[in-house]
Amino acid sequence: MPSIQAEGDKHHAERRAEAHGDHHEDSHDHGSVRSYMTGFVLSVVLTAIPFAVVMGGGFESRLLTAAVVVGLAVVQILVHMVYFLHMNTRSDEGWTMMALIFTVVILVIVLAGSLWVMYHMNTNMMPQMDHEALGLGS
Amino acid sequence: MAISADDIQTTFLLGRLDWHAIPQDPIVWATFVVVAIGGVAMLWMLHKYRLWSWLWTEWFTSVDHKKIGIMYIVLALVMFVRGFADAIMMRLQQAIAFNGSEGYLNAHHYDQVFSAHGVIMIFFVAMPFVTGLMNYVVPLQIGARDVSFPFLNNFSFWMTVGGAVLTMMSLFVGEFAQTGWLAFPPLSGLGYSPYVGVDYYIWGLQVAGVGTTLSGINLLVTIIKMRAPGMTMMRMPIFTWTALCTNILIVASFPVLTATLVLLTLDRYVGTNFFTNDLGGNAMMYVNLIWIWGHPEVYILILPLFGVYSEVVATFTGKRLFGYTSMVYATVCITILSYLVWLHHFFTMGSGASVNSFFGITTMIISVPTGAKIFNWLFTMYRSRIRFELPMMWTIAFMLTFVIGGMTGVLLAVPPADFVLHNSLFLVAHFHNVIIGGVLFGLFAAVYYWWPKAFGFRLDPWWGKVSFWFWVVGFWTAFAPLYILGLMGVTRRMRVFDDPSLQIWFIIAAFGAVLIAIGIAAMFIQFGVSIMRRDRLRDETGDPWDGRTLEWATSSPPPAYNFALTPVSHGLDTWWDMKRYGQTRPRATYVPIHMPRNTGAGVVIAGFATICGFALVWYIWWLAVLSFAGVVAASILHTFNYARDYHIPAEEVRATEDARDRQLASAGV
Repeated sequence: MPSIQAEGDKHHAERRAEAHGDHHEDSHDHGSVRSYMTGFVLSVVLTAIPFAVVMGGGFESRLLTAAVVVGLAVVQILVHMVYFLHMNTRSDEGWTMMALIFTVVILVIVLAGSLWVMYHMNTNMMPQMDHEALGLGS
Repeated sequence: MAISADDIQTTFLLGRLDWHAIPQDPIVWATFVVVAIGGVAMLWMLHKYRLWSWLWTEWFTSVDHKKIGIMYIVLALVMFVRGFADAIMMRLQQAIAFNGSEGYLNAHHYDQVFSAHGVIMIFFVAMPFVTGLMNYVVPLQIGARDVSFPFLNNFSFWMTVGGAVLTMMSLFVGEFAQTGWLAFPPLSGLGYSPYVGVDYYIWGLQVAGVGTTLSGINLLVTIIKMRAPGMTMMRMPIFTWTALCTNILIVASFPVLTATLVLLTLDRYVGTNFFTNDLGGNAMMYVNLIWIWGHPEVYILILPLFGVYSEVVATFTGKRLFGYTSMVYATVCITILSYLVWLHHFFTMGSGASVNSFFGITTMIISVPTGAKIFNWLFTMYRSRIRFELPMMWTIAFMLTFVIGGMTGVLLAVPPADFVLHNSLFLVAHFHNVIIGGVLFGLFAAVYYWWPKAFGFRLDPWWGKVSFWFWVVGFWTAFAPLYILGLMGVTRRMRVFDDPSLQIWFIIAAFGAVLIAIGIAAMFIQFGVSIMRRDRLRDETGDPWDGRTLEWATSSPPPAYNFALTPVSHGLDTWWDMKRYGQTRPRATYVPIHMPRNTGAGVVIAGFATICGFALVWYIWWLAVLSFAGVVAASILHTFNYARDYHIPAEEVRATEDARDRQLASAGV
């Protein structure tokens, strides 16, 4: 069989050429002034709202205040990912999306698991802690 | 003796560092004398044979993944000797501290010994060993010339060294943590650990953790981006697959460790109350967080070794691995499941029945993909002509040992059983059973298997077999008694014992540790003997085991550029296919090869980071600020270094490849 390896180098060179050639836009989206501005404005708004809520003394229920702050933080993360990190389902042959899904799965496991575990341990092991007083419910 | 809080004074110039820092302990002094003599002798040898510039230009500043891999493994072996010294000290203490005897270690010293043993064995032996192995083998297996970020690789290594240096320094300057290897608060808080032990622990791990995380990113990108053309995901060698999953775990879990230690640091340094007993602190949160890192960590260690066993079994049976696809899916399943079991480390902390049963069941489920792997190896071996070379012997020893360890693990996964066995020597026996029987045996198999690739000659099999038998017998002699003691309810980390009937088991365990010591000595003798007899053990073919994957397609040791022409993969076991279809060595026109250039920046930045860690341990704030500025300045300066690369001229490549042709011809291949 003639040299497979030489063929390999040719193949590699082609792939390199593709990566730096016309198909550039397909794999890497570098954004535009418009998309950066959209992201920036959204980020400012999403930061200003929770800031205003907290500085204004918050809502009646502390739980609602916390939920609004955390909820807007999650939206903020999404804005950053889309407008600043240019994440979409196509970039890097789908690896970015795959990594994102994996990260989200792990985060959900870790956050939900920790809340569940700590809630259980606090109720079982620290009965003297008054959750009602903290406004977190119990 | 421990320093009391009243003795600690802080000065501007030296922080808390003063004469109290020198341990008042003859054992430590004697160790220091031995280490100092050894160190001076080594420096004198380096000077005498003028090896300094060779070390600096060829090794310390090298960005070659092969050399960095070897340096990682040398670091791991050095630290292994230290970690084992701790182990044998504990075994001796526990064997004699009966009938009113206090043994020979005071409580302060003994508590440091078991903490240091765990920290060193996990962070500075197993981690660098595994990282070094992946560094060396993965680029070769995927037909790449180096990792994606060669400089980062060098920097990661030196950060790991920095962490190791800080940890070792604590032996002679100050003290190490007396908290166990995970430093649970409130014991590790300022109230109960007022002196520098826990600070050494924190900064040693934080400095090394930077290296580990960066090397995880580096290898992850390398595997995803730099595979040879044709090597799709499902054509990757199984070791590369396991390395991929391990690095995913590293990237996803080490930040949790870093963040948790940062919170502990804030508690200790600026008086926050994340994990304190009062003011709303919750020490249970630390335990929860650290095991969210800690459980994936054990899979970080074991997965690459599952890859090693797979490569070894396929090679030494001469067959394609049985169930490659199921092996890949089992590995991926373990990767995800490893995040769903962390609570089994603290069943007894007081979660309710629903939480405990959930985590008990997930833990039992994780043994299913692991069991599938065992069957895959067995089916590969079934009706094949097995060559019982040493890597294969280690693999068999692993399968027999690890299955026992896995079964005791499933026992511990049953929450009611865990309430009896938690923190007992049964647990100690269990995790040594899986870490020694799984990780360490695999690393020894890997060293023997890939040594000819790295150095061009085989290891001496006779001393290897001596080491093997002493290790395997020694392991069981040392740890079987701990299972028995654990079932009798003996807890871990005890310094003295009241019940004289237990002593015999500790004496047997100590005897086992001596057998292991002989096994370790035999391994080092094996290295020495093999280096002396290297001409007789020489391998000219580059493929001494009739291998299957691409690393065996190059010469041994491989040239700096690994492959003169990038290979193409047409299926699993690329090199096996090339041999089967009678592929000849390519004779195309060579082109200059683009390579990364060595740089000392990694040593410098990591050096500053280590000094910064030391300054923070001792509260020497001016030095911490200066050295941190040094880290930033050196990093910025490095970005202005434009001499990052060079080309190996085509003539040099041709000369190397022609020499390789002559070598192959003389070997009759």
